[in-house]
Formats: sequence, structure tokens, C-alpha cells
Amino acid sequence: MNRRFFLKSGSIALASLGVSLSTPSFLERVVLGANATGGKRKTLIAIFQRGAVDGLNMVVPFGESSYYDLRPSIAIAKPQTGNADAAIDLDGFFGLHPSMSSFKSLWDSKRLAIVHASGSPDNTRSHFDAQDYMESATPGIKATPDGWLNRYLQAKYDPAETSFRAVAISKKMPRVFQGPAPTLAMSNLSDFAIRAGKASANLQNGFEAIYASKTNDALGNTGRETFEAVDYLKKVNPAQYKPENGAQYPRTPFGNSLLQIAQLIKAGVGLEVAFTDLDGWDTHVNQGNARGQLANLLGQFSSAIAALDQDLGQRMDDVIVLTMSEFGRTVRENGNRGTDHGHANAMFVMGNGVRGGKVYGRWPGLKNDQLYEGRDLALTTDFRDVFAEIATRHLGLGKTDRLFPGYSARDAQFKGFI
Amino acid sequence: MKFLLSAFLALSIAASSIIPVAAQKRAQAPVLTEEQRIVHVLNRLGFGARPGDVERVKAIGLETYINQQLSPEKIADTVAENKVKDLNVLTMTTADLYEKFPQPGRLLRQLQARGMLPADLAEARDNNKNQPANPLENENYRKVLEEYYRENGLQRPQRIMAELQASRILRAVYSERQLQEVMVDFWTNHFNVFAGKGADRWLLPAYDRDTIRPHAMGKFGALLQATAQSPAMLFYLDNFQSVSPNMRPRPLANPQQQQRRGINENYARELMELHTLGVDGGYTQKDVQEVARCFTGWTIFQPRGGAAAVNAMSGEGARRTAGTFFFNARTHDDGEKTVLGQKIPAGGGFKDGLTVLDILARHPSTAKFIATKLVRHFVADNPPKSLVDSVAATFTKTGGDIRETLKTIFFSKEFNSAEAYRVKIKRPFELVISAIRTLGAETNGGPGTHQWLARMGEPLYGFQTPNGYSDAAESWVNTGGLLERMNFGLALAGNRVQGTRVDLTRLTNGQTSQSKVMDEALKTILAGEISPSTKETLAKQLDQADPVTKVVGLILGTPEFQRQ
Repeated sequence: MNRRFFLKSGSIALASLGVSLSTPSFLERVVLGANATGGKRKTLIAIFQRGAVDGLNMVVPFGESSYYDLRPSIAIAKPQTGNADAAIDLDGFFGLHPSMSSFKSLWDSKRLAIVHASGSPDNTRSHFDAQDYMESATPGIKATPDGWLNRYLQAKYDPAETSFRAVAISKKMPRVFQGPAPTLAMSNLSDFAIRAGKASANLQNGFEAIYASKTNDALGNTGRETFEAVDYLKKVNPAQYKPENGAQYPRTPFGNSLLQIAQLIKAGVGLEVAFTDLDGWDTHVNQGNARGQLANLLGQFSSAIAALDQDLGQRMDDVIVLTMSEFGRTVRENGNRGTDHGHANAMFVMGNGVRGGKVYGRWPGLKNDQLYEGRDLALTTDFRDVFAEIATRHLGLGKTDRLFPGYSARDAQFKGFI
Repeated sequence: MKFLLSAFLALSIAASSIIPVAAQKRAQAPVLTEEQRIVHVLNRLGFGARPGDVERVKAIGLETYINQQLSPEKIADTVAENKVKDLNVLTMTTADLYEKFPQPGRLLRQLQARGMLPADLAEARDNNKNQPANPLENENYRKVLEEYYRENGLQRPQRIMAELQASRILRAVYSERQLQEVMVDFWTNHFNVFAGKGADRWLLPAYDRDTIRPHAMGKFGALLQATAQSPAMLFYLDNFQSVSPNMRPRPLANPQQQQRRGINENYARELMELHTLGVDGGYTQKDVQEVARCFTGWTIFQPRGGAAAVNAMSGEGARRTAGTFFFNARTHDDGEKTVLGQKIPAGGGFKDGLTVLDILARHPSTAKFIATKLVRHFVADNPPKSLVDSVAATFTKTGGDIRETLKTIFFSKEFNSAEAYRVKIKRPFELVISAIRTLGAETNGGPGTHQWLARMGEPLYGFQTPNGYSDAAESWVNTGGLLERMNFGLALAGNRVQGTRVDLTRLTNGQTSQSKVMDEALKTILAGEISPSTKETLAKQLDQADPVTKVVGLILGTPEFQRQ
């Protein structure tokens, strides 16, 4: 059931009986939200690396000799002063891919944490199924109708909920957002408007008048809500946005997505959960090492996230960025200097409230007998424990039992990155 | 009873509450006018009225019209057939589709393996891979690839879904067999398959043509069996790779290629939960496992098309059976099974699956589940129990005859009641088609319309999970969706939907005075049923530039037009 839908229907019935009681308007809720949170709202930005990023070249276990044995042409060299093609040392055992140098200062200031050997316990190596499982957060069960972030919205009542509580910057509604709680998906903030050229303002007025008069109608209520949100966003004026603190987002669709999420956060429109994704990680052929296709993507990926951090500045106190990918890739490189579908992977958690500068999770090792099914990085952290830690300790959800049907995420399993 | 009561409550709340309840009920015993009944039938048995449809139905009589719609095979449909005749994928076999619409990455790898990959194409591909963010490399690769495809008579696989979607839109807009198209839409959702999963985009044209359409108004059991044997469903719900755990594995040269072996329960579970019994239909996890065992070996020959395109290009005879159903006895679990208490003896082979389908199609839970979904679709979001019971009874009595089951709905008092009139929120597909029809617009059903459907939240064949698009208002009443509905109305009236043209002067029946123009538009689009306040708002638009476009765009975006 859509809670809002019912809430509204209830108030409608009362209103038409002459009781003047209605749910707070969009603006009232923006204000209410600001008051309740002291002007600060906790926000999660979830980023999906679709196609299965090679976590072993993203966060390199350079302390493992097997890593170099199994990847003769694509391995990233051990950290070495003056070698720009070597891994960036993190803790003497793990290093970042050299194209991710913009993450170094985040790591050094202890705002970036890594959970390695994490992911889904299901052993599927199908992109489709594994993405489905990670977004529904029910590995092995395909019929789960809603995504876990939608269940989060359902589970945590928000008296100050606005239309912008959950926004995906994406061409289509991602699986993780699907479900009964209201969510928005758009590729561009300026699309959230009546779009009819010069006649737009005039026609919006027309629609507003039409929907305003429908007081005993769920559509009328949603219509009024819609225009309050449209008007508010218009005042924010997304087209004129200037990033702060000298932040420079890469001029790519992904950079642009993060830029728009930063705008929404600054605008104070009630954003609590944001989602975006970027694909191209399925590097079966000519993956490259310090340079090449994976290097280029990682460079774009990390510099966009670093730009977001710079742009949001102190606001990062209330923001966590979480990255995920459906599974890892084979430890051995294949015959085409690429990697095939594997198992466990690495996730980044970034924000001022994060206990960063540390690689979390037990490292299972890369020796032959330590590999999963004889070929892949074994899994030691269930991704649901990572999600649950953020949902409770960052977003403030009381209980996680509704988030993950059939799975109990317990504090004891949390990694403690928050 | 519950339904009547709640509808009655809604009415009494809407009215002023001074009149005593009982008196109000007597006074308001709501009856639909003849014209409203016709509008209702055109909305629910079809995708809304075109200009002149109400008069046409009035002339032949409503009952005659409904009976005609129940026998689509007897309705001539040349206009719609002409509209789709140039969509080649509709008549191609799956093997043909694999041959002519290969996936570029796969094709290039196969060409390379045979030493047939042209150097310029290899280079463009590698440059693009090494510089994924470089638009120039991207553009260059696209160009070289397109040229190669053109020279070899190939097309990109996206084209398949574009044509299939176009056919659904064109038929819904132009077909005289409106109920048939409504049922195709209904069953396509009930037996949902997602085009984005693996090979399914090559398998969906056959699914629409050979699985859904021939059975949409026939026997449910036959439809169920057709879906169970359809490569599209076998692929989507993984049954094609479900094999007996006792099967002797074939030795593989490369252990890295070793695939997970064993039973896949996905299809078995959804078959009972979503296709037949319903989630509370009385099956257990043990039944799921047993049903899955029965369907082991139901698979697809060359599910991804093998090397169909490369074979054809090098002059080798292609296998005509690529992407078709076959029963692989070697992978079938031939032991004894028990399904819903019924013993299925060992050694049944292919027949095990057929037995399961027969048990499910005849099960009383299936009758109730299908009846509930049909009544929700045709009558109201909260299906009146009285009607569900009588519809389920017809379903059982007629051995799952869809036509007879529908008849029970269409001639029921619940369907024909005022409570059911204009209470259903249109899904985006219904909105797009009804808007095009009401304006008498011409469309090519192309990407312009597909994009609008996607923006409003209902891309055809774009629903990822097996439950299909919701048929209830709460799934569609949200700010993002509503805003796009209004924008769609404005775009359509303003001739800004690519591939769709509307001539608003036709709509206004030769009227020239502006208020008359508005009245004509309201009459055509909403049978004149609009609130006075909305009418007043619309009238204000008449002073503006380009008033007819604006008024029509606004009408298409009104709450009234979102309902049917």
C-alpha cells in the first residue's frame, strides 16, 4: 500500500465532510523537515557500477603474491615512489588503482572506507540476476516486488516527506527504487516541469487551477503536490548551478548525475535517498592495467565522487556515498587480457561521518585453496550488512527487519565503518 | 456487498451529508445512461472511443457490439493489418532474427574467431573500448559498425523491440478487434517477460505472435501450456538451464567454463504464484521443488542463437531451429514426483510438465486468482467478491474458457453499474492509446510513443520482475508520473510526439466560435463530462494564442481523462 495515497485519501474524506484538516503542503513539509532535523537531513547517495567492476584492480591486494601470479599482464604494480603506474598505497597491503588518485586525500583524511571481499552470497554469474538480487537485496529470490531502498522508505515514516525524498538520476526507474513508496526518476532536473516552450507557464497555471479544484480526488491531491514541487525546484534554478569550492565534475553523464544530486542536497528539498549508476565495467577483453579501459572508467568514477565531496564541503557531515557492483571478476586473467564474471567485490563508503582510512572485512586470501569455486575472491561480508549499517547508523532507521525479508542483519555483523 | 457498501459510502461522502443515509440511497440509485454505457464499454473492452465510435455502437446496439468483440476472428481488420505489414520482425522466425539482428559484440567476437573481422572494424572497436569516455571514438565505432551492418544486410538488435512495440501500439490504436488487443495486453502482463534479460529480445516477437495472440481469447489451459513451452518464458525464468541433479555431467575441456548444474526453481515458483494458483493458492516449498523436477529438460535449442549470423554470412546453412523449444530427455529428472498431493509416476518424461500444467489449470485456486485479476482489470481495483465468485464459477464450468469468462463479467450488474464508471485510472499504455484514438490522430507507433510510455513508467516489455505492471491506481498516482501525463497531453495536442500527427480542426466539427470549439472538444474527448470549475479554467485559455491546442492539451491532462 502506498502510505501517502492513503493518508491523502483519508484527509480528503474529512475535508469533504467539512472538517478542515489536510496534510501539510509541500512547502510546509520542507520547513517541517528543516525544523525537525535542525536544517540538516541525512542523505544516502547510492551508486551502482553496472557490469561488475574488477574490484581486485580497483582496490589492489598488492600484498598477495598470487595476485601477480594469476594476472601476468593486467596486474597493477606494487606502490613505488615516483611510479605513476603503480598502486597508491593505503595500508601496506591494499592500494588504489593509480587512476583513482583523487581518492587519496579522502583516504588520508579518514573519510573514505573500503569493505573488501563483500557482495552477494548467491553464486549467480549472470549480470541480470546479480543486479536484481543486489537491488532487491534478496539474493536467490527473484519475485521480490520492491527494491530495498523502497522498502527503506516504507519502513521509516517521514512526517516531512516531500516528492524529492527519493530521487534517481537515471533514464528509468531503477529496480532498487521500485515499490509502493513514491520515488522519482529523471535524467535531468530541468525535466521536472511543464515542458511546452513559451506556453509552459501559462499551461502550468491552467493545470494548477484544474487540479486545485479537485478536492475529493486522489489525482487532485497528487496534482497539487506535483506543482508545489515543480515551483520549488524552479526557484532553485538548476540551470544556473555553480559548484562550490572549485569543484570540477567530469563532463560525463555520471559527473552530471552527481552534480545534480549535489544541487538537490543544497536546495534542501528533502532528499534522503539518491541513486545513480554508470556502466561499462564488463571488461572481458583488453581490460588494461594502469592504463586502458578500466583505468579510464575508474578515473572518471573517482574524480566525479571527489568533486561531489569538494562541492558539498561541510555538508558531507550528513551525506554518505555508497558504491556497489553486482559481483567481482575472476582472479585469473583470461585469454583476452580481461577478466570474467567472479564473486566477491569491493565497496566504497565515503562521508565525513565515516570512520575511514581503513579496509574493512576479513580478507580471505587469493591462494588456490582460498578461492571461491576455485576461481573467485571469496565472500566474507554480505552486502546487506553494509546496507543495514548505513540504514540504521546513518539514516536512523530503528529496525532493519523489513529491509531484508528472510535475512537478519544484526549489529554484531556490522563492520563499524560508521 | 462490500463493494456496493464502500461505493455507496464514497457517494454519500461526496454529497452533502444532511440527507439521511437511507433516503439518499433511494434517491440516488445510480443508473448509467445509454450513452454512458457505450462509453464505458468502449473504454474497458477497448482503448477508448474514436470520433464517431459512440454513434456507430449505438446504431448496431451495445449487446451486439460486445458479442462481436468476443469473437474477434469474425471481425475484418484490414486497416490494422496494413499498418503493421512493413514491420518485418513480426513474421520472422527466431532463427531469422538471430541471423539478421546479431548483437554487435558477439558478432565481432565470432567474426574474429573465424578470421573474418575487417581490420577497420577491429580497430574502431578497440579504440572505443580503450577510450570509453571519448565521444569521437564512440561515434567512429558506431559509424564503422553501421556501415558493416548495412553492407551485410544486418540490423541492430534494438530494432526488434522497436518494431514489436510499434506493432502493439498500432494494433491497439487501429484494430477493430479492440477486446482482443486488451486481452493481449492483459496476458502479456500476466505472463510478463522482460526484454532486457539476455536473449529475450530475440524471443519476444514469437512470444507475441505464437504464444499470446492465438490463445488470448481461447482456453486458459492452452495459453498456459503455450507460455510454458515458449522460449521467451523458458529463458526469462531460467527453466532452460534447469537440469536433473542426477544427470551425468559431460566432461568439459576448460574447468573455468563449468556451469552450475542442477534444478532451477524459478519458473516452478512463478508458475504457481503468479501464473496460476496465486501466492496463497495452497502450494508448499516442496511442491515448488517437485514441479521444478517435472520441468527439467524443458529447454531451448541454441538459446542465444549460436553463430547464426556468422554462419549465414559465410554461406553455411543456418540451423532453422535456433531459439526454439525442445525437450532434452538427457537432462530430465525421470523419477517419481508428487505435486499438490497428486502422484506423477516415474518415467513420464516430457509428459510430467504437461501433467503439472493440467493440474494447475483445473485447480480452484487458479479459477479464483484469474477471476480476481480479470475483475480488477475490467471493473474496479477492489474486485467485488460476488462478481469474482460468479466469474470463477464460469471459468471452472467451462474448463477455463476465456471468452465465456469475459462474458460473465461484461453482462454482470457490477460491470454495468455507476460505481464502476470512470473509476479505473488508466495505465500509461491505456492513456497513450486512448488519447491518440480520441483525437483521431495518425501514428506510426514508433520511438516517439515508446519514449513517452517509458517516461510515464510503462515501457512495453520493460518490467523487470515477473509480476508485470500493476493494475491498481496506487501504483500510478504519483507526482513524477502525473507530471509526465500532463506533458504527454500537451505534446500530443501540440504535435510534438514524433511520428504522431493530430489535426485538431477535424476534432472541432467545423465549429469556428471558440467556445463552441471547446464544447466540441469536450464532447469528443470526455463525452462532455467535466466539472464546471475545470470548464471555467479551460475557457480562460481561449483568450490566449493557439487556444485549441492548449485547450485540448489541458483536457488530455485533466484528472477526468486519466480515468476510464
